[in-house]
Amino acid sequence: MLGKLGLDAFHHDIIVLGGVMTMLLASLGIIALLTYTKRWKWLYKNWLTSLDPKKIGVMYIIIGLVMLLRGVADTLLLRAQQATSVGDSTGILTSDHFQQIFSAHGTIMIFFVAMGLMFGLINLIVPLQIGARDVAFPFLNSISFWLFAAGMALVNLSLIVGEFSAAGWLAYPPLSGLQYSPGVGVDYWIWSLQIAGVGSLLSGINFFVTILKMRAPGMTLMKMPMFVWSVLCSMIMVIFAFPILTATLAMLSLDRTIGTHFFTSDFGGNPMMYINLIWAWGHPEVYILVLPAFGIFSEIVATFSRKRLFGYASMVWALGAISFLSFIVWLHHFFTMGAGADVNAFFGIMTGVIAIPTGVKIFNWLFTMFRGRIKFATPMLWFLGFVVIFTIGGLAGVLMSVPAIDFQVHNSLFLVAHFHMMIVGGVLFGYFAGITYWFPKIFGFALNERLGKYAFWSWIIGFTTAFTPLYILGLMGATRRLDHYDKSLGWQGLFAVAGVGVLIILLGIGFQILQFVVSIWQRNKNLDSTGDPWNGRTLEWSTVSPAPFYNFAVTPHVTDRDQFWADKQAKTTAAKPHYEDIGMPKNTGMGIVIAGFAFIFGFAVIWHIIWLIPLALFGIIASVIIRSTDDETEYTITAAELAKLDSAHKGQPA
Amino acid sequence: MNKHAPNVVPDHGAGQGTLKSYATGFILSVVVTLAAYSLVVHHVFTGWDLVFALIALALVQLLIQLIFFLHLGNESKPRWNLIVFSFMMVVVLIVAIGTLWIMDNLDYNHGHTPSETDNSIIRDELIKP
Repeated sequence: MLGKLGLDAFHHDIIVLGGVMTMLLASLGIIALLTYTKRWKWLYKNWLTSLDPKKIGVMYIIIGLVMLLRGVADTLLLRAQQATSVGDSTGILTSDHFQQIFSAHGTIMIFFVAMGLMFGLINLIVPLQIGARDVAFPFLNSISFWLFAAGMALVNLSLIVGEFSAAGWLAYPPLSGLQYSPGVGVDYWIWSLQIAGVGSLLSGINFFVTILKMRAPGMTLMKMPMFVWSVLCSMIMVIFAFPILTATLAMLSLDRTIGTHFFTSDFGGNPMMYINLIWAWGHPEVYILVLPAFGIFSEIVATFSRKRLFGYASMVWALGAISFLSFIVWLHHFFTMGAGADVNAFFGIMTGVIAIPTGVKIFNWLFTMFRGRIKFATPMLWFLGFVVIFTIGGLAGVLMSVPAIDFQVHNSLFLVAHFHMMIVGGVLFGYFAGITYWFPKIFGFALNERLGKYAFWSWIIGFTTAFTPLYILGLMGATRRLDHYDKSLGWQGLFAVAGVGVLIILLGIGFQILQFVVSIWQRNKNLDSTGDPWNGRTLEWSTVSPAPFYNFAVTPHVTDRDQFWADKQAKTTAAKPHYEDIGMPKNTGMGIVIAGFAFIFGFAVIWHIIWLIPLALFGIIASVIIRSTDDETEYTITAAELAKLDSAHKGQPA
Repeated sequence: MNKHAPNVVPDHGAGQGTLKSYATGFILSVVVTLAAYSLVVHHVFTGWDLVFALIALALVQLLIQLIFFLHLGNESKPRWNLIVFSFMMVVVLIVAIGTLWIMDNLDYNHGHTPSETDNSIIRDELIKP
């Protein structure tokens, strides 16, 4: 009846139990608060069912930030274990639990923190920057978000019901095969990524079409803001890379459920094929994450240097080159797997070549700053921190692109330090900068600058303290996934320093939480009445803050790359706006229903609850059909209503 | 762009099929499918000939679906569908050819026993022990 699901799925050791309790208490607290303040209906009507990309974006970011807390909590446990588990002491975690936390940390940070923050910022800003009112497919956008949320829910459910994968964030077979991972952990991993991955693919298509088809009149491709260009490149990679992930995970799950032999070591299967395929997706994936961060930094560095972005065309070509090259370097993740010199040399050289367009971007940013009037606001600080850390991490990467060197440091903490410098220093700093930069546009008030700067300095000091020792440890031979080592190796001191670094990062996160709380508390102090708090350059700053649900009362016309800046320089007094009727999508809860069925489907497959699988599938298909027969998905705002709304937003009498 | 409904993509550039074109496409793809089936069942070809015949039929099937169902090449400028399709072909070829190259290379370096590996290296690299 319930497949493999039994009472023993709820047995946990004391540390997991602590995690479960924290999660349940937090959920209960939120439920109680919502009930007490009678906000359920408000939440459902204004947020959960909304098709407004700005609201969907905010929900993405909230999930991303909450998952960041979970991922950092994992880090604390990992480092505590590594600092204590020396010689006779076995530390605070069992080996299996350490591997589960290790796998959860990577999975959550990439798929639910980085991807969540990325899609959040894209939803918030891309329509505003291209002068559109919405995305191309608003309902699809809602489905994407809820599929992402369903995947996230499955990962977190694994903490309470059953276990999570202990096979690393990419679950290499044969370890992830049925023979060595008979439990449900790997299945949780597969299905949470499958469901969230379909959401990402749909989002990729949605924003690709949005950018190509919905730009304001006059905005040619070479007049798009750099963030939009970076998102376009990133979404193209999503469209072409994510199907590889879907297919690879599907084959792995077939191996595990119906006994096929794609990635087994016997009956003609080959585990190395999995490693080959997963990295054919995995390498573009890291560029999918970092390109939008590059775009954000391009906007920020131009705004806070009060200069046009240096070398716009070369920036665009660099993005294109990085996107293309990212598809022909995947073997550098497994130089040591046994390919010959010609294969390794080809992929090694291609990997080194990627440093060229990336270097072009770094120099363009520096030249943008050159002789600019730089304002050291928090987003600019994140940018400067990024340049330093990303360059150091990038040089370590170029070093490892040489196969002979890679053989020395493969799977060592040297590699771990390298990619954390890229993903934290590049991706995460970029998204933090973006959130700070665009916060006033979405909420109408700016974040507290002083606390933001404290957070930045804690992060950068903590980060350097946490990862510099890992380079040294890696060169000394410490590997990743290490839960125990001998005292005579003399690594304990460096691991302890790394642990202290994590604590300093934690302080930074504390400042960030405090920053949100204080900024909301004192929001009247930082109100953005102009719509342009940073003296911005692109279209999103031309509308009021917070941006109304229709984004622009009158569709803007574009003649310049930095249109809003050009308007400000020309000091043209705006002509009396000519309003027209606009159509907006109605709210719908169908996205939640479809993703809900997808969640049930995932749960049923994980636990082998056979009868529930077709029911959930039927639910998904039926919901899509029901929705597609609904002809009344839009409503019209008449020109007169729009004029009234617009005057109200601008604080003028109608 | 239709100003009254900016959240809908009014002119998506791709040509819309007619009942006739969809019917033609459907019949053609059924014919090709049946042809592939009968080649195997009636042993018209065997061995590599069969493999190549099936690959050829699969490519024809692909073209039929692209032209009749996805309306490739049947749109107004700019030809986004065609550009995306070309890029997709490039990526598919990179992944497929790259995979074949890599896996073949691995196979060469991983004989099933150590002595097999040694022998293959000795044979191919012309190393005399």
